[in-house]
Amino acid sequence: MSFRRKRKIAWTYLFLAPQFVLLAAFTVYPILMSYVYSLYDWSGIGPLNDFVGLSNFRAVLEDSSFWNAFRNNMIYMFFLTVLSLPTTFVAALVLNLKFLRGRTAYRTLLFLPVVTTAAIIGIVLKFIFGNDNALFNNVLISLGILKEPVGWLADPTKAMIVLIAVGVWKLFGMIMIYWLAGLQSLPSEVFDAAKMDGAGYLATVRYLTVPLLLPVATVILLLTALNGMHVFDMVTTLTGGGPYFATDMVDLYIYRYVFASGGFPQMGYASAAGIIFGLSIFALSVLLGGLVRVSGGKKAKSDAGWGG
Amino acid sequence: MRLRKKARQPLLHLLLIPICLVWIYPFVWMLFSSLKTNVEYVGAGLRLLPESFQWENYSRAWTVARFSDYFQNSVVITVSSVLIVLVVSALAGYSLGRGELPGKRWILLGMAALMFIPKGYTIIPVFQIIKHLGLLNTIPGVILAESSGAHVIFILLFMAFYRDLPKELEEAAEIDGAGFIRTFGQVMLPLSKPVLTTAGIMQFIFTWNSFFVPLVFTLNKPELRTLAVGMYSFAGENSVDYTGMAAGAAIALVPVVCVFVLFQRYFVDGIAGSVKG
Repeated sequence: MSFRRKRKIAWTYLFLAPQFVLLAAFTVYPILMSYVYSLYDWSGIGPLNDFVGLSNFRAVLEDSSFWNAFRNNMIYMFFLTVLSLPTTFVAALVLNLKFLRGRTAYRTLLFLPVVTTAAIIGIVLKFIFGNDNALFNNVLISLGILKEPVGWLADPTKAMIVLIAVGVWKLFGMIMIYWLAGLQSLPSEVFDAAKMDGAGYLATVRYLTVPLLLPVATVILLLTALNGMHVFDMVTTLTGGGPYFATDMVDLYIYRYVFASGGFPQMGYASAAGIIFGLSIFALSVLLGGLVRVSGGKKAKSDAGWGG
Repeated sequence: MRLRKKARQPLLHLLLIPICLVWIYPFVWMLFSSLKTNVEYVGAGLRLLPESFQWENYSRAWTVARFSDYFQNSVVITVSSVLIVLVVSALAGYSLGRGELPGKRWILLGMAALMFIPKGYTIIPVFQIIKHLGLLNTIPGVILAESSGAHVIFILLFMAFYRDLPKELEEAAEIDGAGFIRTFGQVMLPLSKPVLTTAGIMQFIFTWNSFFVPLVFTLNKPELRTLAVGMYSFAGENSVDYTGMAAGAAIALVPVVCVFVLFQRYFVDGIAGSVKG
């Protein structure tokens, strides 16, 4: 090997080094340690010496508050996915119509909630839904839908409904962009041929677009579902997990054991809860990933780390 | 048939315009609320426009509620994090896409595996590292935590871009006597402006909107709060100053909305890239 070539290889590795260091310190090490901590009784201060085996895991699994948060999280994820997938698909179909003027403007407006700060949106929406005299009640009363103001965030079921609706609103634009990307990747010849054969629009959607998009659809399903599992920001500022923990989510539950003031932080217990939740998310992605494989879809390149 | 064709355009607009109005109404309402007096806000009902514009809500949020500090912190943290992430992922993307790298396949596989491996609550170890570096409750600590981890989408974008550049570019640069670094810095990096923009915008929006990391890493230092965290504590402390809070929310949201509207093509391309695979 020539000196010149060796030097080039050395530079190549050197270019990779900063990312490697960040990855090792802030991704690999934390993943490993999140497992290690879960085996100790540890407050986060002082040495890690009180090994307790799997008892943190047992304690988490026996805690009804954990299962309450877990159940809420699954309900949220389920309705977020079921409500947003079909609606965003229709929106993408409409905004993909070539003759429609102002498509970009509509797309921008529908996308706006995606790029705004979830934590701040939560606070603004708290004012809109929050008290008797708030905007949402005023609108419904003046439309004649309601006679009396309703405490939208004071009732367990209604608070969850608000949270899901807001979640759909916040994520809608992003899923719509996924669909649009999928629609634009379809081969145009097939659609030209269908047009020549005199196929109507709805028939084309039913017999061409939907089957052709199935692989992409499963990827979008996976991304949306994963997105519905982590909802810390919006829930913290909109409902704070209330009323009476009716909208508590696993991320909020764990947060309380680590950072909330009052009492000792329980890092080991929180880590065990985190792993149980992580494994659940992993099971969900394996399940939905299987669907992607069956439908012939490609593996999504990215984690669903957006919006939230 | 002709009539139906003619009618469909206005019909669709008739459907889309109300939907879009409702869609962005919370923002419009927030902006107008930020210009009312608190008394007017409470009694406003459905009335959107303020009687007269109360700009002092903004100066109250800016000075009394310390949004000037929060704004400055958000800008410093976001800009630093964008720069760090761009440098790190452009270097990694170049080395993976262009350089001669024995074991490249394994590196890519490892990165993919890290994304899918079941994780626990990884913020606790990250918190410990930042603490041991002595950066807890400091701005650099927040910046480091925001820039950390693998930016897989960005690395892949850079990698694909550099891989597809013609080989002659490199050869020409080498004939001119440029080494590896100069070839990258003076020829390749300037060419990758589209990817730099996409990754930069995405990271900007991501960091600006971040709540959890700045919340956790500035728990004991109110003066280090970002806009999102500052807004959260403001809402917790002064829950009767509605219009001041609306002004604060506007201060926090307007910059990110402007950045998005100006650069939306790049941002949307980046998002769409993650499903196209």
